[in-house]
Amino acid sequence: MTAAAPIATKHKIFSPARVTAIASNTLLELVRLKVFYFLLLFALLIIGSSFFTSKFTFQEQFQVLKDVSLGAMSIFTWLLGVLATAMLLPKDIEDRTLYTILAKPVPRFEYLLGKFLGVLLLLFVAISLMTGVFLVILYARQQDALANAARLVPAQALQEQLADIRAATFNKNLLPGIVIIYLKSALCAALTLLLSTFASSSIFTIIMSVIVYLIGHIQAIAREAYLASQTTTALTKAFLAIVALLIPDLNSLTLVDDIVVGNAISTVLFVKTASLGLTYIGIYFLVGYFVFSAKEL
Amino acid sequence: MTRRMVIAILVLLVFGAVRMPFEAELEKEHKAAYFHGAKLDLSLREKIGQMGFLAALSGFRAFVADVLWIHAHVLWERTEWGAMKVDFDAVTSLQPRCVLFWSQAAWHMGFNASVAAFEDPKQPREALRLKAQHEYFKLGEDYLLHGIENNPDVYNLYADLALLYEMKFKDHCKAAEYYARTAAFKNAPVFYHRFQYYELAQCPGHEREAYEALLKLYKEGENERLPTLLKWLGILQEKLNVPADQKIYIPPAPNP
Repeated sequence: MTAAAPIATKHKIFSPARVTAIASNTLLELVRLKVFYFLLLFALLIIGSSFFTSKFTFQEQFQVLKDVSLGAMSIFTWLLGVLATAMLLPKDIEDRTLYTILAKPVPRFEYLLGKFLGVLLLLFVAISLMTGVFLVILYARQQDALANAARLVPAQALQEQLADIRAATFNKNLLPGIVIIYLKSALCAALTLLLSTFASSSIFTIIMSVIVYLIGHIQAIAREAYLASQTTTALTKAFLAIVALLIPDLNSLTLVDDIVVGNAISTVLFVKTASLGLTYIGIYFLVGYFVFSAKEL
Repeated sequence: MTRRMVIAILVLLVFGAVRMPFEAELEKEHKAAYFHGAKLDLSLREKIGQMGFLAALSGFRAFVADVLWIHAHVLWERTEWGAMKVDFDAVTSLQPRCVLFWSQAAWHMGFNASVAAFEDPKQPREALRLKAQHEYFKLGEDYLLHGIENNPDVYNLYADLALLYEMKFKDHCKAAEYYARTAAFKNAPVFYHRFQYYELAQCPGHEREAYEALLKLYKEGENERLPTLLKWLGILQEKLNVPADQKIYIPPAPNP
């Protein structure tokens, strides 16, 4: 009787299965940190905003509800993206999980990609849940307003009033607006990942990420000044160039404020804006990998 | 590692140079589609404070605008008109594409504050009360004109301005002009095309033009023959001395 010879399997250079395993584990770890408790806060915030607006017209009420909800979505997804990403590598180093994984035949690229996809999945789940809560509350408020109108508005003006209420609640541009919020938070996560590959601590990564986030919203001003050559001193010009070239233009991904008030976003403009966001994410990830691949662990 | 970091920074700089023209072009397209119209300058910084300004700069300007709007509502309940104006200025600077904010700000100034100013018990001199009232009319007009500058593609503010000219300034020529501009929008309610001629009928020198336009509407059928239209047809017929055999509408004799 002879022992069965072990089946030699060829090691793949890139394995989606390994990446998926790391991504799902990362998601599971983050979920175990009870990050979704913020949903409770989100629901409280948008329900609570109703108390402040109970004396307002229905247009004002819907306006505030949408502004608060989408603003809260922006804040929560950004915070979630930055905080979750900033602790990915330091936590794995501290727990020694990183060494266990990289000691196996798992390339660093797969490890980093899996970790990043885990965060993207977390953001996706979070924004989907928030969108769900938001739409349910908006729908409930719309039904309430429609019922009130049917009760109080005279018959000859009723149809017009009902149409006004419907127009003030849902508009087809809300969804592209939410997709842009997601892309912006994913961009911030990618940027944080890049920073964390050479940062010495999570705190440093978070602070740098917040600073870049703030500057990113006014980056367009630096770019305009640089392109228009409004300044003559070489030092100022160099400073503007560094800001314009190194910092992402986050303002171009801040469309939701105008979408809420009824601004229409064309498909072409949406695709261009989303493409810009995706390019940023891709480049930041790749540069992050480039630094991480040679990092001494 | 240091070499890698230098290369990484160089890659980011090259990426920045490549994306810069694309971003500049995208920014232009966003502005053409009425995005990013808020003017976040130092005067706004003074109105909303440092934290509010920072929040607005960080992409949460809609949120800041709502907080100020709620604050303005509280001030309205206390009838603090001056403080309301400060809030309205900030809110409309933060959210220039929100028609509701322009419209409500104009309404509060042009209709509510102006009445309060005219009925101010602390001011015994009528001339000063009238002056103050007129200043509030002008504030309402300013909001609507700036609102239209930022939202030329929405009919509501044109209609609001026409109403302000009609009701408060009693400037029927301007009211007719702005009702006409409202009626030119495909999605505007149908009654605005009649409103422009009711106002034109009261604009000196344009009575004939108004009469002919109203006559044309009258001939379009029963749907257009509404009581106000008939009333103005009757008035204009008399004013223009239309011969009896050409009078298309004979107003009913008044009850004895």
